[in-house]
Amino acid sequence: MYDIKGYFEVETISEATTLLATNPNLKMIAGGTDVLIKLHGGQLKGAELLSLRKIKDLEGIRKSEDGTIVIGPMATFSMVFHNPILKDSIPILTEAAISMGGPQIRNIATIGGNVCNGATSADSASSLFALNARLKLQDKNGERVVPIREFYLGPGKVALNPGEILTEILIAPEDYKGFGGQYIKFAMREAMDIATLGVAVVCKVQNGNFDEVRIGLGVAGPTPLRCLEAEEYAKGKKISTETLVEIGKLAVKSTKARTSWRASKEYREHLVEELTQRALKIAVVNAGGAEVV
Amino acid sequence: MFKQISFAVNGKVYKFEVDVRESLLDVLRNHLGFTGVKQGCSVGECGACSVLIDGVPHDTCIYLAVWADGKDIRTIEGVADKNGELSNVQKAFVEEGAVQCGFCTPGLVLTTTALKESGKDYTRDELKRELSGHLCRCTGYQNILKAAEKSLEGHVCTCVDSPHYKGES
Repeated sequence: MYDIKGYFEVETISEATTLLATNPNLKMIAGGTDVLIKLHGGQLKGAELLSLRKIKDLEGIRKSEDGTIVIGPMATFSMVFHNPILKDSIPILTEAAISMGGPQIRNIATIGGNVCNGATSADSASSLFALNARLKLQDKNGERVVPIREFYLGPGKVALNPGEILTEILIAPEDYKGFGGQYIKFAMREAMDIATLGVAVVCKVQNGNFDEVRIGLGVAGPTPLRCLEAEEYAKGKKISTETLVEIGKLAVKSTKARTSWRASKEYREHLVEELTQRALKIAVVNAGGAEVV
Repeated sequence: MFKQISFAVNGKVYKFEVDVRESLLDVLRNHLGFTGVKQGCSVGECGACSVLIDGVPHDTCIYLAVWADGKDIRTIEGVADKNGELSNVQKAFVEEGAVQCGFCTPGLVLTTTALKESGKDYTRDELKRELSGHLCRCTGYQNILKAAEKSLEGHVCTCVDSPHYKGES
């Protein structure tokens, strides 16, 4: 039996924030694929759980009138993968979703839970970073919107204040329209494995030049991160093998990889350099540019 | 702490109080006697405890029993018909020799059943992906894959011009 001391279930966001205001120690549970594992392993003890599973307003994926993509945090990875809007507009997120866990896990694990856990290996994170996702957080007194890059503070640490819950994941039209992208998950096994490295890139091309490039990496540091130096370099550069090689090298500069039993620091850096280039090559084609040979 | 819930297992409705600390696996096996639901890793890796919840495969070891309130659950006990006649998926597993020790079999049969009932087409790669949440330590998977393909006859597409085709067949 799980070491659960209390269990609360609510049906609306306001019920959840009211309850959290009076009891900020409540541990929120969505799909449970992380929380229950931690309870099983003893890293989490005597938890008082607040289940978000019955809150209808946290579900659903839609495109608002201005083109902003709104993802309900309780959307499961299966829902994300099968969603036609996301598949059409931001396939780097749907590809990331299908790379996570196995089918049974994807059927219950939620994208909001993945983000709020703060893991650098979160499969959705590199794509959400590359897409400049913003997170809407709500507490009893109101709501605020935080760029995802400011949300991840450290390993397992996120900028969710006591009493706050994640209510929406937002991707603005200017961040995905006209972009081509590619996601690459590097892992030792093809299924049911945690990423050794996750690479998500998007780019916009114009007359054979990079107009804009964004590179999101997972497991290349204590949190997911962006390769801002490489991105800045790419701006306006001719799309060529030389440019890609330089982008790959610069991308490594933004990383803070470490040695873990999955891979050494050096190997991860090699992966960053190589996979950033491979992902960009495909992203260029997806953005309507000519293939780099 | 207890909570009143009700759910259906293989068409029969159960109403009772569950301890909020219990997993659906605990309840199905220990209270209701559905021992076809196997306890393996207990952390959602092996798929031995999989059942269909509203037709979708879930690992019951990491699914709180209280979440099953109002759900329609199917276990391996509910796959064969009332007279004991095996389903086509079960027959395919028997015919292809896809069963050795049998521990992973209930989960694999249920997931394959869900794929079959979806009515969708799958490539061989997609089929492998959909079965990847079940670990089998005996067979090496070849016969399981053959059984799944047989179960989905007419719905497995390996042709190169399939929109799903990704290379390997």
